[in-house]
Amino acid sequence: MVLKINNVHIAQGGFRLTASLPPLEAGIYAVMGPSGAGKSSLLAALAGFLALQDGQILWKGRDIAALPPAQRPMAMLFQDNNLFPHLSAARNIALALTRRAKLTADQTDQVNAALGRVGLAGFGTKKPPQLSGGEQSRVALARVMLQDKPILLVDEPFSALGPALKAEMLDLLGELARERGSLVMMVTHDPADALRIAEKTIVVAEGTAHPPEQTKGLLQNPPPALAAYLGTD
Amino acid sequence: MAPRAVQIIAGAALAAFVIAPLSAVWAKAGPAVRFGPAEWAALRFTLLQAALSAALSVLLAIPLARALARSRFWGRDVTIMLLGAPFILPVIVAVLGLIAIFGQNGLLNDGLRALGFEPLSIYGLQGVLLAHVFFNLPLATRMILLGWMSLPSERIRLGQSLGLGAMARFYLIEWPMIRRILPSAFAVIFVICLSSFAVALTLGGGPKATTIELAIYQAFRFEFDFATAALLGLVQLFLSVSAAGVALWLAGHDRLGIGLDRPAPAARRPLSERCIDAGVILGAMLFLILPLALLFIKGAAGVPDLGAPVWFAALRSLALALGATLLCLCFALPLATRWGELIATLGIAVSPLVLGTGLFLIVRPYVNPFDVALGVTLCVNALMSLPFALRILRPEVQAVEQNFSHLSAALGLGAWGWFRWVMLPRLRRPLGFAAGLTAALSMGDLGVIALFGDAEWATLPLKIYQLMGSYRMDQAAAAAVLLLALSLGLFWLFDRVGRYGAQDQ
Repeated sequence: MVLKINNVHIAQGGFRLTASLPPLEAGIYAVMGPSGAGKSSLLAALAGFLALQDGQILWKGRDIAALPPAQRPMAMLFQDNNLFPHLSAARNIALALTRRAKLTADQTDQVNAALGRVGLAGFGTKKPPQLSGGEQSRVALARVMLQDKPILLVDEPFSALGPALKAEMLDLLGELARERGSLVMMVTHDPADALRIAEKTIVVAEGTAHPPEQTKGLLQNPPPALAAYLGTD
Repeated sequence: MAPRAVQIIAGAALAAFVIAPLSAVWAKAGPAVRFGPAEWAALRFTLLQAALSAALSVLLAIPLARALARSRFWGRDVTIMLLGAPFILPVIVAVLGLIAIFGQNGLLNDGLRALGFEPLSIYGLQGVLLAHVFFNLPLATRMILLGWMSLPSERIRLGQSLGLGAMARFYLIEWPMIRRILPSAFAVIFVICLSSFAVALTLGGGPKATTIELAIYQAFRFEFDFATAALLGLVQLFLSVSAAGVALWLAGHDRLGIGLDRPAPAARRPLSERCIDAGVILGAMLFLILPLALLFIKGAAGVPDLGAPVWFAALRSLALALGATLLCLCFALPLATRWGELIATLGIAVSPLVLGTGLFLIVRPYVNPFDVALGVTLCVNALMSLPFALRILRPEVQAVEQNFSHLSAALGLGAWGWFRWVMLPRLRRPLGFAAGLTAALSMGDLGVIALFGDAEWATLPLKIYQLMGSYRMDQAAAAAVLLLALSLGLFWLFDRVGRYGAQDQ
């Protein structure tokens, strides 16, 4: 169960990024670096929204770089538009299981269980505009839970929430990841997020994704590119 | 994000539907046909009436737009919204309304006779111009009003602080803006009036007031001279494509953006100015509303007494409108791209009568063309509404794709799931609006059906025209009230269904 990112090259507009990382095991990895360095592009390439110029993405030894997004072993939480605003919370979650209008009894149970797990039992009929920001994030988490993928890519999805709510959502994310043994890669611009749930951090700066290091040590003694970004010089 | 194959098939079908009739027309218009004096007269009249209609509409629109831009009164928003209504108003209804006022036994001539003057005739150039101004004055006003709304309020305030008088204000601030918009407003209306058929059919006619479209119809119906009809069709095609090209080019040169409704000027406006504005607005509203109101008064009571043929025609028109709407939307959804909009716009540059002529020539060797009148009309009506449907849908389709294509791909929704769970529910409101427009336009259309239709397969507008032709004006008025109710009703219904349940978007 390892993800290997081999000699991956991404180019978009004027910017380029190279990523060659040692095998990544289950756990939570923060992805940090200056804005515009390519954190989100790295995630988009892994998820299959951005074609690679070169390189391989190996999962269990198989190259998945040519697969469409839905066939990759990855679910993704986007910065925004994680839910369809015109569909109920339950339907949003159910789309992870089926396109059919009618759910089987088993699927209904799964949707309700997922809603219960994120603390929203009974909220199934509400539509996203009727939910608070935190509740919307919970529905999105329930959706990726039911997608049941071993890898979860997270692109600052809680950045619009207040500090207390954000901490709560990060803790829930960490809990879910640990209980399912997921591999999480989480883009964040806030070192506090990384410290809160990520044991290791991948720094993306100056066109390169650097191998993961212990988050605590990295933040106490940041390399120059990260230090410039954090303003700790 | 319809599958690429569906997009290509839809685009190719659309292109074929335009190109095949054009080729048939081209092939038929051989060198043996002569462009005689009657054809020259039709060409001259077409250009003359289009130029005069556009000039009158635009000139009258300037004071009206100005009055609307600077006045604030109760019902102003409704007034501006009503200026969009003529777009879905059936031509034949408006014509009957205008006849009720300006016709032989209309209000105006009753007054003139009472005062001892000679009555005026509505038929001929003056009638054609009257109807064209009725339809296009509101359009021109809306275009120029946008220009007024786009004037920076700083510039208006600067004018106020400099104490500019009305004349100076007009020359320094307003005229430069008007000069920028005028050419494209003129060009758009010129293009619309170039292919005027229903107005010329009902109010024009004769050697002095025949447009090319009408001449095509006459060559077709009365002389069975398909070669001359085809040649006229080519002339019409050349005229409308070149004029539409100029109009598009001019429109590209004045990107006005969307007008923001500026707050009313703070300074108190002089009483004289306010009186003039009120008079202009009131006069324009009377001109636009009175004909329809009078028609309603004359016709409403007669609706229950309409005979079975009229009701059957109404049913046929309803079926036609619903079919055209379905067809139009089936093409609009996959073609909601830049390319699709381009093809559809080219399609509309070919006039319905030319398309109809070509289709007639194509099907004639195989079936009796009169048997397929409704089918052909349905297709042409769908095509004519397609550019408007695309105008409405394309920005929404693009927004949905931008916002939700990643999430849909991550979920692996597939083409059908994307359509069923994302596109359709997100597009509910614009789809309802586009369907309403298409249904109303198709319901009121009096074009191709006049070429093919006979008494047996008449639609409601054609039935009304036949009633007018046999001088049963009371029945015509009653049927027109029915047509008006059905057209507006269809629009209202579709728009309503689109809005219902779409409030959380």
